[in-house]
Amino acid sequence: MQVTMTVNGTQVSEDVEPRLLLVHFLRDTLGLTGTHWGCDTSNCGVCVVQLDGLPVKSCTVLAVMADGHDVRTVEGLADGPELDPVQQGFMHEHGLQCGFCTPGMMLTARHLLDTNPHPTTDEVREAISGQICRCTGYENIVRAVQWAAEHPKDVATEGVSP
Amino acid sequence: MTTTEQPAHADVGFGRRPRVEDARFLRGKGQYVDDITLPGMLHGAILRSPHAHARIVSIDTSEAEAHPKVKAVITGATLESLKLAWIPSLSHDVIAVLATDKVRYQGQEVAFVVAEDRYSARDALELIDVDYDVLDPVIDAQRALDPGAPVIRDDIEGKADNHIFDWTAGDKDQTDAAFASAEVVVKQDMLYPRVHPAPLETCGSVAWMDPVSGKLTIWCTTQAPHAHRTLYALVAGLPEQKIRVVSPDIGGGFGNKVGIYPGYVLSVVGSIVTGAPVKWVEDRSENLVSTSFARDYHMHGEIAATRDGRILGLRVDVLADHGAFNNTAQPTKYPAGFFHIFTGSYDYPAAYCTVKGVYTNKAPGGVAYACSFRVTEACYLVERIVDCLADELGMDPAELRMKNLLRPERFPYLSPTGWEYDSGEYPRALAKAMEMAGYEQLRKEQAEKRARGELMGIGVSFFTETVGAGPRKHMDILGLGMADGAEVRVHPTGKAVVRLSVQTQGQGHETTFAQIVSEVTGIPSADIEVVHGDTDNTPFGLGTYGSRSTPVSGAAVAVASRRIVDKARLIASAMLEVSPEDLEWDRGKFFVKGDPSTAKTIQEIAFASHGTQELPEGVEGHLDAECVYDPPNLTYPFGAYICVVDVDKGTGQVKVRRFIAVDDCGPRINPMIVEGQVHGGLADGVGMALMEVIAFDEEGNCLGGSFMDYQLPTALECPSWELGETVTPSPHHPLGLKGVGESATVGSPPAVVNAVIDALKPYGVRHVDMPLTPAQVWRAMQGRPFRTDLAITDE
Repeated sequence: MQVTMTVNGTQVSEDVEPRLLLVHFLRDTLGLTGTHWGCDTSNCGVCVVQLDGLPVKSCTVLAVMADGHDVRTVEGLADGPELDPVQQGFMHEHGLQCGFCTPGMMLTARHLLDTNPHPTTDEVREAISGQICRCTGYENIVRAVQWAAEHPKDVATEGVSP
Repeated sequence: MTTTEQPAHADVGFGRRPRVEDARFLRGKGQYVDDITLPGMLHGAILRSPHAHARIVSIDTSEAEAHPKVKAVITGATLESLKLAWIPSLSHDVIAVLATDKVRYQGQEVAFVVAEDRYSARDALELIDVDYDVLDPVIDAQRALDPGAPVIRDDIEGKADNHIFDWTAGDKDQTDAAFASAEVVVKQDMLYPRVHPAPLETCGSVAWMDPVSGKLTIWCTTQAPHAHRTLYALVAGLPEQKIRVVSPDIGGGFGNKVGIYPGYVLSVVGSIVTGAPVKWVEDRSENLVSTSFARDYHMHGEIAATRDGRILGLRVDVLADHGAFNNTAQPTKYPAGFFHIFTGSYDYPAAYCTVKGVYTNKAPGGVAYACSFRVTEACYLVERIVDCLADELGMDPAELRMKNLLRPERFPYLSPTGWEYDSGEYPRALAKAMEMAGYEQLRKEQAEKRARGELMGIGVSFFTETVGAGPRKHMDILGLGMADGAEVRVHPTGKAVVRLSVQTQGQGHETTFAQIVSEVTGIPSADIEVVHGDTDNTPFGLGTYGSRSTPVSGAAVAVASRRIVDKARLIASAMLEVSPEDLEWDRGKFFVKGDPSTAKTIQEIAFASHGTQELPEGVEGHLDAECVYDPPNLTYPFGAYICVVDVDKGTGQVKVRRFIAVDDCGPRINPMIVEGQVHGGLADGVGMALMEVIAFDEEGNCLGGSFMDYQLPTALECPSWELGETVTPSPHHPLGLKGVGESATVGSPPAVVNAVIDALKPYGVRHVDMPLTPAQVWRAMQGRPFRTDLAITDE
């Protein structure tokens, strides 16, 4: 089946099997390996991408379901060389260790801040509660998201040297 | 080049700074095994047994082979012809790569399909027809030893039971005497259930046997690439110089990625058979069901004490469930790893333990999940039974601990089982944790809540970790000693590269090992490149697990860096035309004593070492050095943890309200990274205490085959951690470092369990086995806790 979608601002068109998962379409067909694959059951959340701006678990979305839609992956988070404040926050607050859950966490965090610019710690924990991290104990992820909230784009690019 | 004054760098030495590896991870540019794609690469998938115990009558692969996208189907018979059907385990046993005679656990590997893409490989698995003759499974470790129990390992000649080993440590007579004279003896059975490390990246490999050069390259999720290379050479008879193992970015290890799994071997065989690179990546269910569990210790503990709370002795009897193959990762000499530090952090004269290992129809493993070879179980046992003793004596558990903790003047301390603890200030750490927690106030609050009928618990634990495996005289894996190599090379312009025998699964080595070189040489961290995870480009060593990187490899790097500075002194003395003894070293430069204006920076010295400057006799050019470090002893980080929980009376739901963790791992290379590792370990511990267990039903079906069943803690189950530190350097590490990666996983489960049981005191509960799920806690309140390792069959 032919699918056409916008991925990180670029239109792509490919012939795929109807059963192909979006996560494999992104990773294997498009070579965007920043989106990871962790459990196939929508429990771990390392495969989270944004579909029309909403965080979804791409291991349980078929590529054909994204036909005609807008997909954003971790590769589309930075604006060229300039990191998104969420990315800067994760570095600044040590919100990652092995880095495997990080792309999904950051895309969820970006959506949270887009809809709720000043979340409480409870709201951050709630937002990322569908995603598992085995390294950080979540504490620094929460701090990273709050750092990003306190340093929106213009502010963030000042005082941080990654 | 004549470099003038170097700018003062804030980037020199130890200290809090962002990680250099983050740059690629934040952009999705890390390279994990499944991210690797090679031209012409094929994909492998494993057919696994649906039964826990069954004889294989026949395997028909003809339909799968006829699939248009299938390139090869490999069975045990194929491997027998290659002499690869059975490979050595990590513990004086063999494991089957593909089952030949019978399957011995659910999920065991039976056949391997290589196809053009991963979906087709999976499709073809369903076309393989295996005829099984199902046998009675042995699931319960205690029943595995019954006379007449089905013999699981009938492949071992003459084997007529399921017994693996008996092992003892300590002095039995002395311990019996201590118990005989004791005023109080407390006994308690407890289970440390089977849990799974569950790194978010599952295991996988990409193997490429180049038929032209004869070189085998394996990109693989391994924590020990050099050990893997040697084992491939020994097992497959391949020349070691023709094998390259690459451990690229790894999505968490936690001990799960130490061993060699059948899938790795199968990807290699698949590449040999097809002549193309073959990728194999397991899915989550395969990882949980078949890829190395942890723990599974059935423990009976006894503690003896005086009526006023002086501990006199400890006696422990363990039944260890090792699954169908004994593939436990542990030093060869110790059938139960470092379980003989079960004496913990207390000062008493006598201790004795016995451990019996048994086979069951469960996946093999016994990985040291974020601990040093069974220290987690040991710590849990002693910290639980000390609480049981406090309960018996009517003493506060913190007070009982304070009374028995080793005092600073007792170090170096020889434990009753023969281990020499290097250094410690235990009472200070516990006092600090109690102060941070506001311990007395918490007890007051608890009393008030109890009076109102609310359930609040305060759990204390104290741990001593045993890390830095290890001295070659004591430790090895399959005969490979645990020394680690390091090479430091300083380029002419004063930038450096350090090559490590260990690598990272998220611990941040690219940042901290550069900081070690920087601390010693004065070269800014930003000028130091860390190379690791590739056997073609790094010195031999045993890898990253058991918190051994900083204590062993970090020491190797420190010693090599000191050799750089020693050499730099000789070169500087030639440059300044004074004797080496007349030079003073000041963090990156040498100068004539009393005259800083004569300073030669390490960068200038590096250039001179490569340049035309005449060097002193016996000094070779180039500012390079290396070291193979054989640690004189293990290191012994320690800590005091306090957990505060609220338990819902109606549902048994436990809420961890606060968690205070005081860790002492000696000086901290990068405090930010240490804190991050402690956070992660605490979350792992909360998960084990409250949620995680791999349980089985009577047929041997694993009940935790996905993250829907095997629950891991999320941000909602974890509190905001409160950390503190004390600093007691190790006397034998060149920089005093002890290692910290696993401390929190060792120390936190007993703190959480002690807290919950403290909360349940009004119900007369003294012990409940992990995990303390709402159902388990609720049943404990009714006086009917169940076995958490077996499916409930009584209702």
